[in-house]
Amino acid sequence: MHHVIIGAGPAGVVAAEHLRKLDANCRISLIGDEPEPPYSRMALPYLLIDKIDEAGTYLRKSDGHYDRIGVEVRNDLVVSVSTSDRQLMLGGGGKVDYDKLLIATGARPTKPPIAGTDLAGVHSCWTLADARQIAEHTKPGAKVILMGAGFIGCIILEALASRGVELTVIEMEDRMVPRMMNHSSAGLIKSWCERKGVSVLTSMRVAAIQQDTGAHPLSVQLEGGASHPADLVICATGVAPNTELLQGTGITIDQGVLVNEHLQTSDANVFAAGDVAQGKDFSTGEYSVQAIQPTAVEHGRVAATNMASGHDMVHAGCINMNVLDTMGLVSASFGAWEGVANGESAELNDPGNYRYLNLQFEDDVLVGANSLGLTQHVGVLRGLIQSRFHLGHWKDKLLNNPTQIMEAYMAAAQGIGKA
Amino acid sequence: MLKSLHISPDKCTGCLQCELACSYENEGVFNPAKSRIKVFTFHQEGRFVPYTCTQCDEAWCMQACPVDAIVVNTATGSKDVLADVCVGCKVCTIACPFGTVNYSQDTGKVIKCDLCGGNPQCVEACPTAAITYVDADATGLDRMRAWAGKTDNAATARA
Repeated sequence: MHHVIIGAGPAGVVAAEHLRKLDANCRISLIGDEPEPPYSRMALPYLLIDKIDEAGTYLRKSDGHYDRIGVEVRNDLVVSVSTSDRQLMLGGGGKVDYDKLLIATGARPTKPPIAGTDLAGVHSCWTLADARQIAEHTKPGAKVILMGAGFIGCIILEALASRGVELTVIEMEDRMVPRMMNHSSAGLIKSWCERKGVSVLTSMRVAAIQQDTGAHPLSVQLEGGASHPADLVICATGVAPNTELLQGTGITIDQGVLVNEHLQTSDANVFAAGDVAQGKDFSTGEYSVQAIQPTAVEHGRVAATNMASGHDMVHAGCINMNVLDTMGLVSASFGAWEGVANGESAELNDPGNYRYLNLQFEDDVLVGANSLGLTQHVGVLRGLIQSRFHLGHWKDKLLNNPTQIMEAYMAAAQGIGKA
Repeated sequence: MLKSLHISPDKCTGCLQCELACSYENEGVFNPAKSRIKVFTFHQEGRFVPYTCTQCDEAWCMQACPVDAIVVNTATGSKDVLADVCVGCKVCTIACPFGTVNYSQDTGKVIKCDLCGGNPQCVEACPTAAITYVDADATGLDRMRAWAGKTDNAATARA
């Protein structure tokens, strides 16, 4: 049995390891198109602040890890897939036959449809190669424009600011991290960043990026006429799943590669996992591309189980969740944080101390949450959502004081404090 | 035989000696805010409940870590944070459904119970034997695991 995994990010690596755990004898190939050992994009911001070196971004740290567990890691680009022949064509000219195939090709940054995004000095922050470029061009005092204040924009924001640059963030939505945090908490993130000396423009679009002959090589034109000089423009306006490889194979592609509860695509021998996969969402029951680390890992594990002979695992869906540190202000989101129809919510809003907590209930079950400025026990929000514990009278206590999430959890899980 | 922490909330008096011992052992200061074990107070019921990591088999924190900074201690079975590898991304703090991996803004790393390498100081400090360190099979760990299984997204695994 030859298992082939395309993509050496977290989903691919976890799948390879899990396959080996389940089957000591199968052949496992992991094909990645970047030259470095499998690494974590999540770690790039910490490379930019010199908290770690490049080796610190590697997904696995021990020497010879992949050899030891019998995973063949190949650095090559897969250029096409033939599902009828169960064969891959490689950019280097080779061919690889597979019995089961995992598509873990991840996502790539997209650029907004404006002029100038191809100019020198306009970068994404997605790969180790990007990070090296950014590190080189962010000398203290440099004028840097960050386009996009979504999750990825915000996670590199601190790294940029700490390099001593003069930073301006431009976000077209009406708040920062609009797909992660509600208005109140996102507003606090914005004011926090501004207090730290970062200029944040929301509800603002970039019209074009132009070359400039003045003191700074670039000029960023905003809609409405203003322009900002820049030495470097970072584009963090979104990512898109890398599905192109499967076009023409007949495998169903929607927002991403559509997978069922077994992480299987419309071809029974082909699975998908991670940022490329459109899998089941725990909260909505619908299929969406979550593109987050915990989902990549969970997908990798479930897909591997279903690829291995004699195993079968049905997946109940992943909770969409994120945690973000914006210049020292920690925020997190879980599940249906925007609330559900006929639901109820509890809110703690303490803007003076940059503390915020919002809980969303459906009946007496927690279904979503936003937190800000809290670093203790936030994971229990996931536990409460995923266990679908009925909170009973503890829901009323949480409506009065949402910070009692641990007590509510212990009451539900261990029967403590149940009247 | 692996051992694990066994907590008997009915014996806890809320004295917080465990929190002080934990923070001193791990952080060198007597500061309950830096403790990896936390005593929760249920005022209305008059109950105190010590709470920390159960070193669960699923190891959500370890699985979610993008940089291999959480590893199994083969001697104790605990899941340990390698502080020099942790980048402080906090994904483990939202992945752990028990809320027992926490971020420390002082160090920029996460912290969790590591059973003090096999000599848990909370146990040493507890004057009422509300926290003991006993053979894993005797601790109600099965119940914890049942709960962890219930939490598992992949609820219906069949071998």
